Amino acid sequence: MSDGTRRRLGRYDAKEVGLATLFLAPSLAVFVVFFYIPFFRLLQWGTYKSVRGGESYKQVGLDQYREVLGGDEFRQGLIHSVQYVLLTVPAGLVLGTLLAVAAHRRLKGIKVYQAIFSSTLASSVAVSSVIFFFLFNPAIGTFQVNWRSDPDMALFAAALPFIWQNLGLAFVIVLAGLQAVPDEVLEAATLDGYGPWRRLTRITLPLISPVLMFLLVILVIVAFQAFPQIEIITNGGPAGASETLVFKIFRQSQDYGKGAVLSVGLFFATMVITFLQFVILDRRVHYGDE
Amino acid sequence: MASVTFDAVTKRYGDVVAVDSLDLEIVDGEFMVLLGPSGCGKTTALRMIAGLEDISDGTLRIGDRVVNDVDPARRDISMVFQSYALYPHMTVQRNIESPLLARHYHLDGPDQPARKLTSAERAERVAEAARVLDLEPYLKRKPAALSGGQRQRVALARAFVGRPQAFLMDEPLSNLDAKLRAQTRIELVDLHRRVGTTVVYVTHDQVEAMTMATRVAVMSMGKLQQVGTPQDVYAKPINTFVAQFIGTPPMNCVDAAIAADGTAVDLGAAGRLPLPAGLQARPAAGAPVVLGVRPEHLTLDPAGSLTAVVRAVEWLGHECLIAADLDDRLVTLRQAGMAILEPGAEVKVAVDAADVHLFDAETTERLT
Repeated sequence: MSDGTRRRLGRYDAKEVGLATLFLAPSLAVFVVFFYIPFFRLLQWGTYKSVRGGESYKQVGLDQYREVLGGDEFRQGLIHSVQYVLLTVPAGLVLGTLLAVAAHRRLKGIKVYQAIFSSTLASSVAVSSVIFFFLFNPAIGTFQVNWRSDPDMALFAAALPFIWQNLGLAFVIVLAGLQAVPDEVLEAATLDGYGPWRRLTRITLPLISPVLMFLLVILVIVAFQAFPQIEIITNGGPAGASETLVFKIFRQSQDYGKGAVLSVGLFFATMVITFLQFVILDRRVHYGDE
Repeated sequence: MASVTFDAVTKRYGDVVAVDSLDLEIVDGEFMVLLGPSGCGKTTALRMIAGLEDISDGTLRIGDRVVNDVDPARRDISMVFQSYALYPHMTVQRNIESPLLARHYHLDGPDQPARKLTSAERAERVAEAARVLDLEPYLKRKPAALSGGQRQRVALARAFVGRPQAFLMDEPLSNLDAKLRAQTRIELVDLHRRVGTTVVYVTHDQVEAMTMATRVAVMSMGKLQQVGTPQDVYAKPINTFVAQFIGTPPMNCVDAAIAADGTAVDLGAAGRLPLPAGLQARPAAGAPVVLGVRPEHLTLDPAGSLTAVVRAVEWLGHECLIAADLDDRLVTLRQAGMAILEPGAEVKVAVDAADVHLFDAETTERLT
């Protein structure tokens, strides 16, 4: 905050402060009740250790945090989560962008294609996962492959419905970005001798980089938290080969304390990765007002 | 440098005809202004020269070459857009350099194959363009850090740097404030004089057309109305559209009739005016006509042949505009200084016969 802003804030009178508080109160109440209180309760839960399979709990302070976050289970879950992100996000980003570029033109009936491409966004996660489950069924599927029981392919099989489903999201967001690129700038590039590929890579993509950055962050967070696809396609198997961090948390239904610690671990992992994306990529993003 | 020739060029969008069989020759090195209200087809005509719009019919030539199907980047033209269309993520330097990076140029004579510029040649061209347009201090900045006028100069520099055969400009001054616009008009004319390149300039602002053009092409509803020097178009408008589009305030065009004896224009109770010299054919007695007189040619004169009733007086400082009725026909008179007149006052108005324009009441075409 600059000095100027601070001085201005000091000048608000009691009536203005009261009014501002009144306007902020509803959203603040929602945040406190549904986010801050549950989050602090979660942190607290992590300090209780389950005794005899959840019969009772005893307070162990930060010991359980040290134990769980330093243990193999957390590490393995984190590795699987990162693998899942790497399998889904780049593919979704690239395919979504290509589809949006292909559908961003003035053609008769293009709206129909745009509606089709974005429709995956409106389908249910469970339904799309079940469709993929049957597509890859070794006995009755269209592609009779046994990826679900192959430890090297299980996570990939669970990644496919995610990619398919979020293609619609990526498409809609990138298309909105493309529509904001002024025609005149692209025409100027055409006159400057830029061919279609050069226009895309030198002009269009840099101009929509804030949108791509937003999409990347969102997709990474959503992929980190993906659950139904894994649950339906592989159920974490075979032998835990596709158990991501979220799936490991789900497994702790008998041990709330450990589940809470893993959840806190997931929260901070997501935060660190998002922060890193901003630090590494933000310099390459062009925002209009720079 | 090159001429640009439209030969019966038509542009249709479905059933809508945006440009209707345009015949126009833009001479090598001239500053041609395409002037008209929005929707008249002037921008479409310009975009066809650029290659940004396909041509539905007719032939377009740049120099001797038919360019109907030539790629925009190979037409050897450059364009300044209304929004300037600068690349916001690139520095001023990169923006100016941009056409030199991708395009091929005939640098070693017209018989040698076209090639790209070397980095030394590019640097030299950018430096020259930046110097000519006074952009040297801003080369490392991005467009967002520039004022409107500076951005406009970057767009001009980008157009200038490739030394094209023709500059196309699409209302480049419309985003500038009035003061900067007046200044830039002078700079553009000066730039044109120095480089001598053909300029095709689109505007709806008749002041820009009058002040900058070598010749003006006035368009309306997709059709070319009149081509000529600004002086010609002002002094001898070919129809009532051109008469009223050029000049501020516009030419007074009022319904009148040829007097019964066939020697004067009859304005009813307001009086009569002598017929102008040079009538192509003497209109029949009693025929309806449109009388056109520019506001500065209606003068307050006690010996004048017309009687007008004052409605209002607008004082603009150096001059005043008097709104008055000539037997219920509202006209505007322009007088130097301030006329002290009360609304409702009756005044005598004189017009020199040489300043009377007559148009056909039906076709609106000029009769003189």
